[in-house]
Amino acid sequence: MDMIPTRDGFGQELVALGKERDDIVVVSADLEDATRAEYFKKEFPDRFFNLGIAEQDVIGTAVGLSMQGYVVFASSFAVFMTNRAYDQIRIDVCQNNANVKIVCSHAGITVGEDGATAQCFEDFAIMRVLANMSVVCPVDTNEAKSATRWMVDHYGPVYMRTSRAAFPVLTKEDDVFEFGKARIMREGKDVTLIGSGLMVYESLQAAEILKKEGIDARVINLHTLKPLDEDALVACAKETGAIVTAEEHQIIGGMGSAVAEVLSQKYPTPIEMVGIKDVYGETGDPQGLLKKYHLKDVDIAEAAKKVIKRKK
Amino acid sequence: MSAKKVDVKALQKTAIELRKGILQVVNSAKSGHPGGSLSAVEILISLYGYKMNHKPEDPNWEDRDRLIISKGHASPAAYVTLSHFGYFPKEELVTFRKLGARLQGHVHRKVPGVELNTGSLGHGLSVANGMALGARMRKKDFKAYCLMGDGEIQEGSVWEAAMTAAHFKLDNVCAIVDYNKIQENGLISDIMGLEPLAEKWKSFGWEVVSVDGHNLDELIKALDRFGTIKGKPMVIIANTVKGKGISFMENTCKWHGKAPNDEQLKEALSELE
Repeated sequence: MDMIPTRDGFGQELVALGKERDDIVVVSADLEDATRAEYFKKEFPDRFFNLGIAEQDVIGTAVGLSMQGYVVFASSFAVFMTNRAYDQIRIDVCQNNANVKIVCSHAGITVGEDGATAQCFEDFAIMRVLANMSVVCPVDTNEAKSATRWMVDHYGPVYMRTSRAAFPVLTKEDDVFEFGKARIMREGKDVTLIGSGLMVYESLQAAEILKKEGIDARVINLHTLKPLDEDALVACAKETGAIVTAEEHQIIGGMGSAVAEVLSQKYPTPIEMVGIKDVYGETGDPQGLLKKYHLKDVDIAEAAKKVIKRKK
Repeated sequence: MSAKKVDVKALQKTAIELRKGILQVVNSAKSGHPGGSLSAVEILISLYGYKMNHKPEDPNWEDRDRLIISKGHASPAAYVTLSHFGYFPKEELVTFRKLGARLQGHVHRKVPGVELNTGSLGHGLSVANGMALGARMRKKDFKAYCLMGDGEIQEGSVWEAAMTAAHFKLDNVCAIVDYNKIQENGLISDIMGLEPLAEKWKSFGWEVVSVDGHNLDELIKALDRFGTIKGKPMVIIANTVKGKGISFMENTCKWHGKAPNDEQLKEALSELE
């Protein structure tokens, strides 16, 4: 299986789009080498601005550029952009409904060795709570490409999380990202495992573990966290009667919380949530960290068995 | 750049009318920010009544000069000015801060002529820079102006934007600081001093002009200089008086965010006659 960071797909598609359209502009806070926005910089230096290590200014400037009719990508690490420039994202981008795409890499615990300050576990929570904001987390490099292509034709604020770590490539190159649509990765009837990003792969692995124990697990790639595919979530709840969510994010306020917000109102169903349990991360190799913080396939499989016991 | 013809006396009369309007809308809303609105009147008049290319009947005209009102709490001054210059009917001013109104408490794009929702300080200059970069890329001649409060520039983000404008040589950006020397809880110099302010901007690579911000001749002269300066942005430090024109509102933080009652309104209006 190919292993590619989702940031690569973003950077590559941005170049392809830059060749097709002259209204795409990229603004960076000096991390374009790491976010892969530098692929665009090399091809289109006149449409690329590195504003230095100044995330607030990056977002404000992106908004001003968008008001001249540009589709503006603002890019940095998730932790710096969403935390440092939150006020600008809330007001300049979202309250003004500016056509700014915030694409940030280095989210989740798989950031690894840089440790707690760099590992962003909060971005889903604080981005999805903003009115007018759409939130996307691609499962692999192909989906990152397709989502990048989608967002230039979608007017309005978008936050997309990409990864530093190489993620298994689970989709085909010609698969099309469907905004707001949960994607079934594996059919099953006993429990639904809903994953975000890398946790979709871990969920598929968990389904294999469960299969050996006679449990038939469905796996969903919930690449769009906002707006949520409520119909698909309710269908999964009705058809399997139990849900596990898995994400490289705090359980508080994250994707699992979003799923629970829908199901508790529309079709109350037992849910177990796999994610970061109200702590910060630490230095370590990504696989070691995933194990230590209980974000592996075995943890998802355990959660599945637990939630199945809670079925009515 | 050749100076346009201007009837300064007429603009001075406009200033009196706008001050009355500010007091009336804040009184009618029973809340709002009169102090920093009254200090900004001549600045706004020099822009809308003289310098800026704009079409009130076509607020989204693509070649218009842009003004970002980054001190979003100066909404009474902004709305009264926009209404005076024909962006919307004066009758609408009484809806300021009321449920269902376009005239939101802090400046909002629902209002014709407003470019950006603001109200959290220190945001506007970055957006103005972005507009100016966009203008350069699109080979447009319009200018981006940004009105900021003096307390506002205590925000670090202002200085990020100040670096950007200078680094990218944005000579189509003009910042104006309404330097009324007072913020919500007292004197700027007591709370978090800005001096030496002109030197700060100069050291950030800006052309700096200091003027009496209530003297329309000085403001007009400074604005005419903007556009002749090439290769760097310009800031006008407009020395103003908080609460200007109303004796009991001048030079105090008490009227930063407080509305005059009917009796106080009457007294204030009589001072403007």
